[in-house]
Amino acid sequence: MRIGRGAPNDQSMENAGGPGIDGAVKSLPEALVRQLEEHAYRLRRDVLEMVTAARSGHPGGSLSSAEIVATLFFHTMRFNPREPKWPGRDRFILSKGHAAPVLYAALARTGHFPVEELARLRKSGSHLQGHPDQTRTPGVEVSTGSLGQGFSVAQGAALAGKLDGAGYRVYVLIGDGEMNEGQIWEAALFAAHHKLDNLTGLVDVNGLQNDTFVADTLITEPIVDKWRAFGWHVLDVDGHDVRALAEALDVATETKGRPTMIVCRTVKGKGVSFMENNPEFHGKAPTPEQLAQALGELELARSRRQAGG
Amino acid sequence: MIVSERIRRLVPGAATREAYGNALIALGAEDPRIVVLDADLSVSTMTARFGGRYPDRFFNVGVCEQNLIGIAAGLAACGKIAFASSFAVFAPGRCFDQLRVVVAQPKANVKLVASHAGLITGADGKSAQALEDVALMRALHGFVVMVPADETCAFWATHAAARHVGPVYIRLGRAKAVRVYDSFDTFEIGRAVEVVEGQDVTIIANGVMVAAAIEAAEMLDVEGVRARVLDMHTVVPLDRDAVVRATTETGALVVAEEHFLAGGTGEAVARTVAEAAPAPIEFVAARDYGISGEADELLAQYHLTAADVAAAARRALDRKGRR
Ligand SMILES: Cc1ncc(C[n+]2csc(CCOP(=O)(O)OP(=O)(O)O)c2C)c(N)n1
Ligand SMILES: [Mg+2]
Repeated sequence: MRIGRGAPNDQSMENAGGPGIDGAVKSLPEALVRQLEEHAYRLRRDVLEMVTAARSGHPGGSLSSAEIVATLFFHTMRFNPREPKWPGRDRFILSKGHAAPVLYAALARTGHFPVEELARLRKSGSHLQGHPDQTRTPGVEVSTGSLGQGFSVAQGAALAGKLDGAGYRVYVLIGDGEMNEGQIWEAALFAAHHKLDNLTGLVDVNGLQNDTFVADTLITEPIVDKWRAFGWHVLDVDGHDVRALAEALDVATETKGRPTMIVCRTVKGKGVSFMENNPEFHGKAPTPEQLAQALGELELARSRRQAGG
Repeated sequence: MIVSERIRRLVPGAATREAYGNALIALGAEDPRIVVLDADLSVSTMTARFGGRYPDRFFNVGVCEQNLIGIAAGLAACGKIAFASSFAVFAPGRCFDQLRVVVAQPKANVKLVASHAGLITGADGKSAQALEDVALMRALHGFVVMVPADETCAFWATHAAARHVGPVYIRLGRAKAVRVYDSFDTFEIGRAVEVVEGQDVTIIANGVMVAAAIEAAEMLDVEGVRARVLDMHTVVPLDRDAVVRATTETGALVVAEEHFLAGGTGEAVARTVAEAAPAPIEFVAARDYGISGEADELLAQYHLTAADVAAAARRALDRKGRR
């Protein structure tokens, strides 16, 4: 069985809005944009609650990826939560595996397992391990947590899709700090050389890595030029704009002969004032008091958005 | 039970990585040749402390463990004493060939000091739990390999590493470690410490398992069994004399480590025993990849507690009696 694009509870996405960013791609209807924003809001709440309950984990890079993950799971990707190993599914690989909370939230909210299980993150015996574990969690394609590795596995998955003439696409999310790893660039060469146009990379450019800011660690910009020079088709989007993300993902699907890298400009800790751009919240859980404040801020932003929309 | 005078009653202490951070600051003042590198984990490995004090001699090379080791080797080749740090899963995990070709083979003066080793790395799960790093580093000929039990041992092991000319690996933990030593300025690479005297059975341990071994010796003492406890803080070069003496004098051994059985301290000891003085040995070690969990839960689940060590000692004694 095949679930159409996005999750079972999503409305169909026919109807075309204004012009897309290229001729073949249609702009998203306003209602769908609102829905995806609501999904991202929900993922953020889940992430914060999970990490607080676990008393450890990585909120910053989970929050920066919320719209990216929401757009993939609730709009772009085809999969069947009741049959997570359905061979025709699109594959999502979280190469920046420390952002596991946002992946688990998306998997739960798309019906891969009960939402209540999110509260068991990192607990002994839980199937929600500190980093994604393909042997334990339905919907986790590849075990990650060692940066750079998931990106290579994505090349292999895309290559297999080519060898089999399969229709699935492979999506892989990396971090801007993760781009430090040499393995990323080995894989970048491979994907372009082998014309893996069934592969879409997304890089969460939130400007921070573990210790501090990316720019104070290793100068990584110009990121777009780097991927272009490696032979990739590159799109540069606001990583918190679900419309831009959805359109870029559609453009990637239409792009033939080259892999696409979507450079997503984001804010680490997005949505929570004291986490935004704060290296401290790369790998630290909020206190229960901080959680209350954070959820309040998310709620306020949401009602403003709803009032405005 | 007779304990060495260096030993204090087991009390809560700092993590070994904290002692490393403090030792680096002390060493930095003494020796301008010391340069410290980290692969984007300096707050966790505590090299950031050195970075705060000596910013000109500290480099966060980014999330680049292979390059980390190459840079360290280059620094060493030009007269520096290069300390390189990350988590044990990533270094040596991610840079074995670099350690082999540009550090071990040329005997470069590089000190790889890896933290968050072993099972109890918080709740991060198996990708973050190094249970094979001692095996990797033992396999690299010429590396000194040390597994300090507590902050005092880690502090002096770091000093010894700086003084030793050639490649050194030090394995550190994330969690606060039980304080075993009052003082340890007599620390010597390759010289095991008899932390508890005994003649019935010997428990050889390192890292967090030293405190567990001392506790196990206390349990056995109540039963009338006098267990010797050796802190085998150096795995390479192994204190062969201490192992042979323990074997001939007590006739039964337990080796306890927070590491896989394959390639660990237990196998190093077993080889020496097999060569020099065969005796029954029981092994307390991890036997499967890790999972997320709290330290106490994990140690219990993976059979790495004092009770597990004591049970292994009883088995070893049993086998000795049957010979
Ligand atoms: C090979 C490897 N080295 C080091 C780490 C430790 N680590 C975890 S997250 C992180 C920083 C990652 O930064 P980035 O990719 O930008 O992630 P984000 O900002 O999206 O959280 C580091 C160094 C790791 N997981 N893997
Ligand atoms: Mg980042």
